[in-house]
Amino acid sequence: MRPFDYQRPDDRDAAHAAARDGATFIAGGTNLVDLMKLEIMAPDRLVDVSRLGLDGIGDADGGLRIGATVTNSDLAADPRVRRTYPVLSRALLAGASGQLRNKATTAGNFLQRTRCPYFYDTDAACNKRAPGTGCAALGGEMRNHAILGGSQHCVALHPSDMAVAMRALDAEVEVEAADGTSRALALDDLYRLPGDTPHIETSLAPGDLITSVRLPVPLGERQVYRKVRDRASYAFALVSVAAVVRMEGGRIAEAALAFGGLGTRPWRDAEVDALLAGEAPGEALFDKAGEVLLRDAEPPEGTEFKLPLARRVLKAVLTEATR
Amino acid sequence: MTIEMKIDGPETVNRTDDMAQGVLGRDSARPDGLAKATGRATYAAEAHPEGMLHGVLRRAPGIGAVRCPNLEAVRAMPGVRAVLRDARMVRNAAQGMADEAPVQGVDEAAYVGQPIALVVAETFEQARHAAQRLEVAIERTDLPIDPDAVEPEVPEAKQSSQGDLDAAMRNAALTIDADYTTSSMNSAAMEPHAAVAEWDGTTLTLRGALQMLRFNRNELADSVGLSAEHVRILAPYVGGGFGSKLGISADCVAAALAAMELGQPVRVVQHRRNVFEVNTRRSETRQRIRLAADADGRLIGLGHEALVSNLPEETFAEPVVQASHFAYPGAARTLGIRIARIHRPAAGSVRAPGEAVGVTASEVAMDELAYAAGVDPVELRLRNIPEEDPERGVPFSSHRLKAALLDGAERFGWSGRPMAPRQRREGEWWIGTGMAAAFRVNMVVEAQARIRLHGAGAVVETDMTDIGTGSYAIFQQVAAELLGLPLAQTEVRLGDTALPPGSGSGGSVGAASTGTAVWLAAMELRRQIAARLGCDEAELTLKDGTATAGNTRQDLADILSGAELTGTGHVKPGDAAEKVRQATYGAHFAEVAVNDVTGEVRMRRMQGTFSAGRILNRRTARSQCHGGMIWGIGMALTETMTHDRRDGHVVNRDLAEYHVPVNADVPPLDVHLLEERDPWAGPMQAKGIGELGICGAAGAILNAIHHACGARLRDFPATPDRVLAALE
Repeated sequence: MRPFDYQRPDDRDAAHAAARDGATFIAGGTNLVDLMKLEIMAPDRLVDVSRLGLDGIGDADGGLRIGATVTNSDLAADPRVRRTYPVLSRALLAGASGQLRNKATTAGNFLQRTRCPYFYDTDAACNKRAPGTGCAALGGEMRNHAILGGSQHCVALHPSDMAVAMRALDAEVEVEAADGTSRALALDDLYRLPGDTPHIETSLAPGDLITSVRLPVPLGERQVYRKVRDRASYAFALVSVAAVVRMEGGRIAEAALAFGGLGTRPWRDAEVDALLAGEAPGEALFDKAGEVLLRDAEPPEGTEFKLPLARRVLKAVLTEATR
Repeated sequence: MTIEMKIDGPETVNRTDDMAQGVLGRDSARPDGLAKATGRATYAAEAHPEGMLHGVLRRAPGIGAVRCPNLEAVRAMPGVRAVLRDARMVRNAAQGMADEAPVQGVDEAAYVGQPIALVVAETFEQARHAAQRLEVAIERTDLPIDPDAVEPEVPEAKQSSQGDLDAAMRNAALTIDADYTTSSMNSAAMEPHAAVAEWDGTTLTLRGALQMLRFNRNELADSVGLSAEHVRILAPYVGGGFGSKLGISADCVAAALAAMELGQPVRVVQHRRNVFEVNTRRSETRQRIRLAADADGRLIGLGHEALVSNLPEETFAEPVVQASHFAYPGAARTLGIRIARIHRPAAGSVRAPGEAVGVTASEVAMDELAYAAGVDPVELRLRNIPEEDPERGVPFSSHRLKAALLDGAERFGWSGRPMAPRQRREGEWWIGTGMAAAFRVNMVVEAQARIRLHGAGAVVETDMTDIGTGSYAIFQQVAAELLGLPLAQTEVRLGDTALPPGSGSGGSVGAASTGTAVWLAAMELRRQIAARLGCDEAELTLKDGTATAGNTRQDLADILSGAELTGTGHVKPGDAAEKVRQATYGAHFAEVAVNDVTGEVRMRRMQGTFSAGRILNRRTARSQCHGGMIWGIGMALTETMTHDRRDGHVVNRDLAEYHVPVNADVPPLDVHLLEERDPWAGPMQAKGIGELGICGAAGAILNAIHHACGARLRDFPATPDRVLAALE
C-alpha cells in the first residue's frame, strides 16, 4: 500500500475543501481498501465521508431519500424499503456477506469496481486499471464477464446487486460538486459504457460527492429480485433480474426490468420495458422480451451460457411478477 | 525407557479395552479449544519478537528467465532493509515427507507466481509497497501449460494390468466406458502460510505453519545450508493444512535466509494470492473408467486410467487409482497414471490424494453401471464387495463396507427410492438422491512420543502437529486412559522439534501413528509403575490417579513419591502392509435440489457412515467427517482453480472467486461412526479418519443430481452453466 493522507471532516464544506486538490472519498472502504492494498488504486489523499451526516433515510415527494452513507444492512432492513421497495431490500441481501453489508454504504456500492480477475492482477494488461495496456481478459479465461455493453477494450461486469434494483426503481443520485452546486443524475447518466475509455466509469467529475439517492414512488407493487450464482451466498451474480411491474385488468400496465451479471453497467433496456407495457402476460411475450434484451449481446468465449440463462431467468421472473 | 514396536501382524491381546479410566473414544472437548476460540492460541504469524522485520514475496509474472531492472532503486526505498534474490529460495513448497530441499532458484521462473524475490522492510506496509514497485522482467520461454497438449510420461511403476480388459469389455453383458474430469483445486486453509524466523548466530528458530515438523526441519536445514541440529521449528497451532503445509514452504525459507542475512527476526506471511500459487495444488485429472459386468452387475473387468499433471522435477503424481486397486473385484484389471509435465503451479497432496478425485469418478461410473443393470445402487455395491484384495490376493485386515452401506441406507431412508430419475418435483426444483461408497487406504508411519509422569499428572510430548484435527484431544485421551488420569491432569505439548519426532499430520496417519507412540509411552510408564508395586503390568488397574494391584490401592502420587517417570514410545511400520490390505470404508448418501430454470444445485441433506477402526474421540472424528463431506460439496458443485490458457497462471486466486462452500451451501450433515477394531492397526486397533469423509462424497452428490434431473455430469464441478447445458 502506498502512503496516503487521511482526513475525516465533519461537514460537507470541509469535505469539499479537503478534496480540493484531488482526493478519493472513502466511506465503508470494503472495496477501496482492498484495491489500495493491491495498489490498483493508489490515492494520495483519502477524505472520509462517514461523519458528514449523510446516513439518514427520509421521505421525499412521496418517495424516499437515502443518505449516501446509509449502510447496506440498514437500508435492507428499513421498514419503508421493505414495504414499498422490497426489490431493493432483496437485492441488497443477495449481495456480499453480512459483515460486508454492515460496512458497505449506498454510494460506495454504486461506485464499487469490477471483479474481473485481470483487473485485480497487477501483472496483467488491463485498460481499466492501466489505460492503453490492453485487455488480458479477452483471449484469457472469461466466465463472469459482460455480454452487453462491452467493447474491444473491456468486457468487465459491474458487480452490484443493489444498483440493479435501483435501476429498476428509477433511482437518481444527488451529487454535490466541489463548488457546492447540486444536480441529480439518473443511473443511465451516471454509468458510462466502457468504449475506448473503460477507466472512466461514471460521469462524476473530480470532487463530485454523492450525497443521497432519491427513489420515486415505485411504478408497481409487484417486485421481484432473482439472482443466479455459483454458490448459495457470497458470490457475484451470473445473471440477476430486478422486476417492478404494475398489472391492470390482467395486463401488464408498466414494467421496469434491470439486469445484473450481463452488462458493463447495471443494465436496463427501454425496449424490453416498452415491449411488455400493455400486453397480456404469457410465454410467447416473455420469450420475445428475452430476444429483445439479448439482440445485441456479444458473449465473449466462456460466457455463452449467459444467453440461455438470462432468457430462462427473465421468463421465470416475469411469470412470478405477473402471476 | 522406550517401547519400540513394529506393526508386523495382528494384535491378539486387546489391552486398550481393558483400561479403566473410560475417556478414550468419548465425545471429548478439545483441550486447546478455549484458547483458540478466545484468540490466545498464537499461530505462526502472531509471534512478534523484538526487532522483527517484515518480508513480502514478489511473484514472477511470466515463465522464463527473470531480471529485476530496478532492484537497486527498490533497495533504496524508505524502510527497505533488503531485497533478497537468493538462489536458495524455493520454487514451490516441498512435497510431503520430502525430507530435503525442494527445487530452488530465482533466476528462472518455472510457473507464473513463483517467488523470485523477498523484499524486507521495517514495516509490513513498506515491504509490500516496495515489493509492488519491484519490476520483474521475464524473458519468456514457451513451455507447455495444458495437460492435454503434451505427450505424457507413463511411469512403469504406476501401471498395472491383470487379465485382458479389452476382451472382458467385448464379452461383458454390461459395460461402462466414460471419461471424467476433475478440476485443479486448492487447499484454501484458513490460515495463510506464514513464518517468523530468528537467527542467533548458531541456531535458526522458525515459527511456521507446517504439518510435518520432523521432515520440515530437514527440508529447511537443507534449503538454507545448515545442519538439522541447528534448526528448530515451532508450530504449536496450525490453522488448517489439508496437504498444503506438508512440506517446507517459500515463506519459511525466505524468512530464514533474511533473518540469517540481517541478524534480525523476519516475518513472511504469504498473501492469499501467493497461497493459491506457491503451495501445492490438487492436480486436475482426466480419468477414463471402464467397467465390464455380467447381467447382474457383477464386475468382471475394471479399467481406471488417469492423466494428471505436475511441474518438471516434482516426484508427486496424484495417485488417482489408489482405491481402484482394492475397492472392487474383476479379474481383468488395467490401472494407470500418466503425468503431463506442464508449467502450472506445482501439484501435490491435498486431502485424500488419489481417492478424493478417483473414488468420486469411479463411484459415478458405478452409478452408471447400476442404471445400466437396473440394479439399485446400494445393491450393486453389495454385489461387488471383494472377498480378498482382488489384485494381490491377500486378505483384508477388516472390511466394513457392507455394514456402512446398510447402516447409511437405513439412516438416510434409502429404501423405496424410485430408481428412475426425474420423479420428484417441488416448484422449479427437481429433487433426487444419490449415494457412493467411500474408500481410503490406511497407513502407519514412524513416530515417537514421550510422556513424563509426575505427582500432579502427565505431560505428553512430541513434535506432532494439530492442524485443527484434534491431536491435542486424542493424545490427552490416550495417555489419560492408560495412565488412569483425569483429562485435566494430562497435558499435551506439540509442535516443537525439540520434542520427540512424531509422524506429522498428513495422509490420515497422525492419530494412529503418533497416537500409538503415545500409547506405547504410556504402556512403558504402566510397566514402571507395576515394577514399583512389584506386580505385572497386566495386573495393574489405573484409575482417577490411583493404582490398584491385587487387593491394594494406592495414590499414584504416593507411588512416585516425588519422582518423575519418563516413558517413550516408538512405532514403525512393519510388514503388516504386505500381509493384508488395510483400508477404511464408508458410505455417503445425498439429497439435492436442481433448479430447472437456472441449473443451480442446492444440497438438502447428507448422511455419512464411516468405519475406521477404534474411534478415539467421537467429536473430533465426526468433525473430520463433516469437513470432508463439506469439501465434497465444493468438489461436486463449486471448486475450480482456473488456469489461464496462455500462461497457466491461476486466474481466481482469492476466496471471493475460488468458491469453497459457505455456510448457506451446507445442509444438515449426519455422520455415524461404526464400532470397529482392526487388529492389524496396532495396539489401539484405530485407523486414520481425517480423509475418509471426502472420499466419494462428491460422487454421491453427482449421482443425486442425475437422479434429480436426469443429467449425467462427468465434468466436475457441476456449476450452473454445466447443469444448464445438460438440461437444455
